[in-house]
Amino acid sequence: MDDLLLVAWTLLKVLLITIPLILSVAFYTLAERRVIGYMQVRMGPMHIGPWGLLQPFADVFKMLFKELVVPTNADRFLYVLAPLLALAPAFAAWAVVPFDQGIALSQIDAGLLYLLAMTSLGVYGVILAGWASNSKYAFLGAMRSAAQIVSYEIAMGFALVGVLIAAGSLNLEKIVMAQSGNLGFLEWFWLPLLPLFLVYLISGVAETNRAPFDVAEGESEIVAGFHVEYSGSAFAVFFLAEYANMILISFLTALLFMGGWLSPFQGLIGGPLGAPSPIWLLAKAVFFMFCFLWFRATFPRYRYDQIMRLGWKIFIPITIVWIAVAAVLVVMGVLERGA
Amino acid sequence: MAEIRNYTMNFGPQHPAAHGVLRLVLELDGETIIRADPHVGLLHRGTEKLAESKPYNQSIGYMDRLDYVSMMCNEHAYVRAIERLLGCEPPPRAQVIRTLFDEITRVLNHLMWLGSNALDLGAMTLFLYAFREREELMDCYEAVSGARLHATYYRPGGVYRDLPERMPQYKESPWTKGADLKRRNEWRQGSMLDFLEAFCADFPKRVDEYETLLTDNRIWKQRTVNIGVIAPEMALRWGMTGPMLRGSGVAWDLRKKQPYAAYDKFEFDVPVGVNGDCYDRYLVRVEEMRQSNRIMKQCVDWLRKNPGDVMVRNFKVAPPSRMEMKDDMEALIHHFKLFTEGYSVPAGEVYCAVEAPKGEFGAYLISDGANKPFRVKLRAPGFAHLSAMDEIVRGHMLPDVVAVIGTLDIVFGEIDR
Repeated sequence: MDDLLLVAWTLLKVLLITIPLILSVAFYTLAERRVIGYMQVRMGPMHIGPWGLLQPFADVFKMLFKELVVPTNADRFLYVLAPLLALAPAFAAWAVVPFDQGIALSQIDAGLLYLLAMTSLGVYGVILAGWASNSKYAFLGAMRSAAQIVSYEIAMGFALVGVLIAAGSLNLEKIVMAQSGNLGFLEWFWLPLLPLFLVYLISGVAETNRAPFDVAEGESEIVAGFHVEYSGSAFAVFFLAEYANMILISFLTALLFMGGWLSPFQGLIGGPLGAPSPIWLLAKAVFFMFCFLWFRATFPRYRYDQIMRLGWKIFIPITIVWIAVAAVLVVMGVLERGA
Repeated sequence: MAEIRNYTMNFGPQHPAAHGVLRLVLELDGETIIRADPHVGLLHRGTEKLAESKPYNQSIGYMDRLDYVSMMCNEHAYVRAIERLLGCEPPPRAQVIRTLFDEITRVLNHLMWLGSNALDLGAMTLFLYAFREREELMDCYEAVSGARLHATYYRPGGVYRDLPERMPQYKESPWTKGADLKRRNEWRQGSMLDFLEAFCADFPKRVDEYETLLTDNRIWKQRTVNIGVIAPEMALRWGMTGPMLRGSGVAWDLRKKQPYAAYDKFEFDVPVGVNGDCYDRYLVRVEEMRQSNRIMKQCVDWLRKNPGDVMVRNFKVAPPSRMEMKDDMEALIHHFKLFTEGYSVPAGEVYCAVEAPKGEFGAYLISDGANKPFRVKLRAPGFAHLSAMDEIVRGHMLPDVVAVIGTLDIVFGEIDR
């Protein structure tokens, strides 16, 4: 009986994470269109519901009622499997994300490793989608995506090693708590690990295949890249995975480098403004989510070999050097090692 | 082991970067282009043949539909060829109006080019910025001719009518209201010349805005510098004209070399590139927009000071006014003859070219003395540019093909004709 209760309780917690996540993906797509619309001196969706608020639901219903076209020469099994492979890790990664002190689905000590594993798995969905579609455009997209994600995974991993050194733990909650102190936002890891922070943020954009690194989709070159042959709900699943990943990366950046739920005024002023709160985490994540949209509206797209060059020749050396610097900082006691 | 073969890919005709209906068969080694084979003809409408079966004036509208982003420049070449054969010279005011609208067209075209080229390379915001300014100039097209795209405004002997005394204003609608409505109508209070003056004063700032997004952007530079390099000799060998040629450093501009309309009256510079790559062509076109703006400003000043006829008073070529037609028998006959039979053009052949935004747009006319041309041959700049595609992109990567197609500034209306 207790076991059953535990299962039910866990399921409830899972639902408590996934349903808000799916809803935020829905409204994130709307926000994207409105924000980019605003940047591009146009309106964005505004007709369905007040201020276009029901637009995401209209989109979902449209997608659901569309026919799922499977190309004749496609590998049916892999073709159907691919979107699920893309979606599952994007959601599974949320299991270790803490929202406040002590509030997380599971607080495992290898949280960071688990995250790295989950975010890396997403690429299989992309590669299989490109392969199984049996389309030349999709295949090129998959190849690009594979190369890109593999090289950015390394830079991202190294950036996380820096965090690991600074925090002395792989547990996300401990990493956040290691950033607490009396100097407000100066205590957070973005300052001592500034190069790693930037590399992580940019790699995050690259990992999620967003502009200016959206070569796997490459609208104007390979049409829609890996999901060019997908339609209806299968396409929607890729969409869901992409946006869930963007939100995940935003939360992770906030947790790992920007002090998570800690207040930017911690230790400086008292009262509710100085106290840690999940609202701070949300605000920081929303800021990074906004950055994703901002980048998309501003930058031209990289060429695929240029992305490789940026990853291998610039980001990886930077991270390696800064890991050494971080280690020296810790040994010298400049960077206090978390409890 | 299985034999390794190159990848053959169909790029278009349904492709977001194909700029219409370009079908490019690409042979790829990985993502490197081994061979690019452009296929044309999907938008062939037989303009040249159609023109043979119509009175001269009725084909002017077809010219708009050739290069449908630089409409009036196409008309200009055709109309000038007819004028040359007829031996009639439009009045000076008409010449300046033509100059003005050629330059408006150039700005329209370059804005379209800038926006779509940026969009091809992934910078989509610029596209909408460029269209914001295009919209203003489209309103000028609409104000003089009633059509936003296919104006049919130039006629042999001048232009269809003088510039309007007032600009149409925006009405309140759910999309344009309040401060936005006021801002849009602010320029439109006076005549079209007032509107253009306001536009010319504002436009350089807008170009600065575009340049902020692109010119020094590292990604933009990585995508365009040393991509699609065209040496001056190669440009000449392929018969390139316009910004494609000037981007390679050859200062050839018909407006300077063989001045037509009223270009010799106005001051402007011809920008040239150095390396002949996509980036230089981008810079050349951006600078051309600024120079066009300069010419437009001078035209506006000239037009303010010099009222007058905009059509020759030769009723064998140009129709009399409707007022005259209503109470003058002679005028009525002229009107009837012109709109049924048209005018007959003396036998002969002529080639007339203008510096269209994309390059030299020429019309070669043969007349046998009838009211219809015996043969029309149109020289479209885009065709020469597209034929060099294979030589330009060989050895580049797939995304560079997109950059090169963008920089060629091709429009299929004129290539397929």
